[in-house]
Amino acid sequence: MTDEPLLRVRSISKFYGNRIGCNDISFDLWPGEVLAVVGESGSGKTTLLNCLSTRLLPTSGTVSYRMRDGAFHDLYRMSEAERRFLMRTDWGFVHQNPSDGLRMTVSAGANVGERLMAVGQRHYGDIRATATDWLGRVEISSDRIDDQPRAFSGGMRQRLQIARNLVTGPRLVFMDEPTGGLDVSVQARLLDLLRGLVHELGLSAIVVTHDLAVARLLSHRMIVMKDGHVVESGLTDRVLDDPQAPYTQLLVSSILQV
Amino acid sequence: MATPLVVSEVCKSFTMHLQGGIRLPVVSDVSFSLSAGECAVLGGPSGAGKSSILKMIYGSYAIDTGQVIVSHDGNLVNLATADPRTVIAIRRDTIGYVSQFLRAVPRVSARDVVAEPLIARGEVLETARGRAEMLLERLNLPERLWDLPPATFSGGEQQRVNIARGFITDHPVLLLDEPTASLDKANREIVVSMIDEKKKAGVALLGIFHDQDVREIVADRIIDVTDFAPGRKAA
Repeated sequence: MTDEPLLRVRSISKFYGNRIGCNDISFDLWPGEVLAVVGESGSGKTTLLNCLSTRLLPTSGTVSYRMRDGAFHDLYRMSEAERRFLMRTDWGFVHQNPSDGLRMTVSAGANVGERLMAVGQRHYGDIRATATDWLGRVEISSDRIDDQPRAFSGGMRQRLQIARNLVTGPRLVFMDEPTGGLDVSVQARLLDLLRGLVHELGLSAIVVTHDLAVARLLSHRMIVMKDGHVVESGLTDRVLDDPQAPYTQLLVSSILQV
Repeated sequence: MATPLVVSEVCKSFTMHLQGGIRLPVVSDVSFSLSAGECAVLGGPSGAGKSSILKMIYGSYAIDTGQVIVSHDGNLVNLATADPRTVIAIRRDTIGYVSQFLRAVPRVSARDVVAEPLIARGEVLETARGRAEMLLERLNLPERLWDLPPATFSGGEQQRVNIARGFITDHPVLLLDEPTASLDKANREIVVSMIDEKKKAGVALLGIFHDQDVREIVADRIIDVTDFAPGRKAA
């Protein structure tokens, strides 16, 4: 186990004019750790995720990432090219809507292969073999490799997006409501798949979700947000079994029992 | 004798913010310690706070005041103030827990549910699965169920999966929340002998057993939780 975090977040704030997106958020993310960010719509979860993943410039605060050489780099002091390289190789970003993360008009195999080419692979046979392997790992049959994602169901598209993100062996994956638009049985399959992959690959992940069951299943630790602020944080089962903040108690007590 | 767990002056209450901030005191001034190789049983009526004490020790309930000191990886760690990452490491290596109900994960087979704690500790998949099968066999879970996710199992079957999962590792501290509640006599006896083996191996056990027969056989000592009732000190 390493004794240094992978990501250090210090006092991140984002204001939209006078409105708060997220305010003064600090935490460390450790290797192999899955952090869930929960809260209702408009609580600032996605703003936070975007500020951490360099998709949105924060108003203030710092985010530093431990590169593979062990040195911490401030994300907002890197060049645009360095950030883009990080995003394409060492990081993944799984969007709620797969069409935001996939190229819908190229084949499934090319969607996965594109990330490999970004890290310098050029051998067509190798790329295709790796793509086939990854489609299998996300339970897409290999005879669909030449089909475009347009021809896939929502659940398949989401699994393809995951394969595209994980093929380069990233160390950190951001996920924005990864099971959001899927029906329950498809969700269960995706969650099980994600849970297995995260564990097997030792990934760190930050998962934004409004679904506490998803947080319970996937995360070690969670942050509860309301109106741009963190109202509670801690070990996932501690937050869910013994919520302290009034808002967390409301969230937990609002879950419908089946 | 080694003392892997010391609980001292622990207080716990729940504040119900949605009910106008009512404060429900649960326990106060909980103090006891556990020795290696003994099984202590928390006694007292329902609602006395027995499960809450187990959950505080496991870290799934917050501790208001007081300390829970556990010997973890050669150091003494206070669980009341430990960060989530430390609690996760303690659960992986030091404190095991058999909960009352199994929290089933869709699509994960009974065998893998049981093997998981060993795999988390770095055991080879095949070895972990082999150990899991041995335990499931011992607990008389029919082999045709091993490949199935336990969500659809009966209460007793789920509980046996849960027990196997809790007993598969050699954690020095094991917490048991009514592990025999929905088992028949034959299976209860098996669990009793498994507890006995844990004791011989030097594991410190802390349990809740409503079943008096089982309690009388396994308990080396009863800790009366009503001694920790809030307000008792004032009286």
